[in-house]
Amino acid sequence: MSKSYYDPVDLRKFGNITEWSEELGNKFFDYYGKVFEEGALTAREKALIALAVAHTEQCPYCIDAYTKDTLQRGVTKEEMMEAIHVGAAIKSGATLVHGVQMMNKVNKLDG
Amino acid sequence: MATKSLHKRKSDLANSNRQLEILSNGIFQDGELPTFKAKISETDQFPLKAKKLEILQINVGYMCNQVCEHCHVDAGPDRKEIMTKETMQQCLKVIKNTGAHTLDLTGGAPEMNPNFRWFIEEAAKAGIKDFIVRSNLTIIRANKKYYDLPEFFKKHNVHVVSSMPHWTRGKTDKQRGDGVFDKSIKALQELNAVGYGIPDSNLRLDLVYNPSGAFLPGDQASMEKDFKKALIEDFGIQFHNLFAITNLPISRFLDYLIASENYEDYMYQLVEAYNPAAVANVMCTNTLSISWDGYLYDCDFNQMLELPVNSKVKHISEYNEDLLEGRNIVISQHCYGCTAGAGSSCQGSVA
Repeated sequence: MSKSYYDPVDLRKFGNITEWSEELGNKFFDYYGKVFEEGALTAREKALIALAVAHTEQCPYCIDAYTKDTLQRGVTKEEMMEAIHVGAAIKSGATLVHGVQMMNKVNKLDG
Repeated sequence: MATKSLHKRKSDLANSNRQLEILSNGIFQDGELPTFKAKISETDQFPLKAKKLEILQINVGYMCNQVCEHCHVDAGPDRKEIMTKETMQQCLKVIKNTGAHTLDLTGGAPEMNPNFRWFIEEAAKAGIKDFIVRSNLTIIRANKKYYDLPEFFKKHNVHVVSSMPHWTRGKTDKQRGDGVFDKSIKALQELNAVGYGIPDSNLRLDLVYNPSGAFLPGDQASMEKDFKKALIEDFGIQFHNLFAITNLPISRFLDYLIASENYEDYMYQLVEAYNPAAVANVMCTNTLSISWDGYLYDCDFNQMLELPVNSKVKHISEYNEDLLEGRNIVISQHCYGCTAGAGSSCQGSVA
């Protein structure tokens, strides 16, 4: 057992999850592969969305994978950082918009 | 960014034997990853055999006006290996009798060979119809004596294949040196001005993309779309096709992989992306590489690793196409670079 919760080598073993639940694992990977194909959005646009979400989810494996994936698609570091700011803006916006709930409660209890 | 070749710096990795040792030791020796031979044997593709010759690729010298970060030739201004007129004459003799339809000139910067133009003129007389010159673009702007190269290329209907790692200045200059992007753009505009790269023009201008770091190239067709859109919008530049080429783990790129601690991960990427369909079309099966001093190799990469052809015929002076056909291709772990994903060759993807 590793002494750390995350090991970069584990990313290569992602496919092994099918070994303990083959049908569900395969369905997931089929779905996953399909999602990232060229569609109404380009594969490049999807990779940038994935990179932003990887950060809001704070998933080290996903950050590793989609940093490399976007580099492979010719995405520049400026584009990558802007994508992350989109994720960060939504995260902070989601926190702050709850301030209205707090204000409502204050106004009700102590208005 | 380094301004001298590994050879000039007397780096350990300037030695091809040292490179081959690295490629055979470690993860490949202890069985963590399969050797290339073991991998192609799984699909009964070992030994790889040369088919009918289609392309003669001649390296006319390692001298270059640039010192790109990942150059597999370890080319630069300090490299003095230049093909002589005598060796060119031996090549011309072969060109007159070869069944190959394409003559592919590379370097270094091939235009820096003092007999470059003479060689093209003579080869044209000898009946070669399809010329490729692998130009780094900046050479066209490097010195007045090269300013008329676009016209010279046009006169002989040379197919120009140019390196262009990205459509942005930052990524291009990081890989190829400060100022390279602006000079390359100017050179492309000049090539466009004489008719190169225009849709329907028979003056072919293709670009070569290779990644700026320790990752594989993306899908060639998607990258081509992105390049075309950016270059036409930003600079009014047109070109025909984009060739996406994988960096092979040799020479300066191997040096970079080791120094940046990316070597093992990169080899994993190459092995995991291994595609047997690409093996069927690797360029060594239809190409012969000739070095500046006239020796024969299965490809330009083997030339740099000093792995000569496995044939009685070793030199252009004793050239015999029948003897060379069907020879076993010499392989090592660097070959994974040509079989990853959609495959890679001097003409781009192969699968």
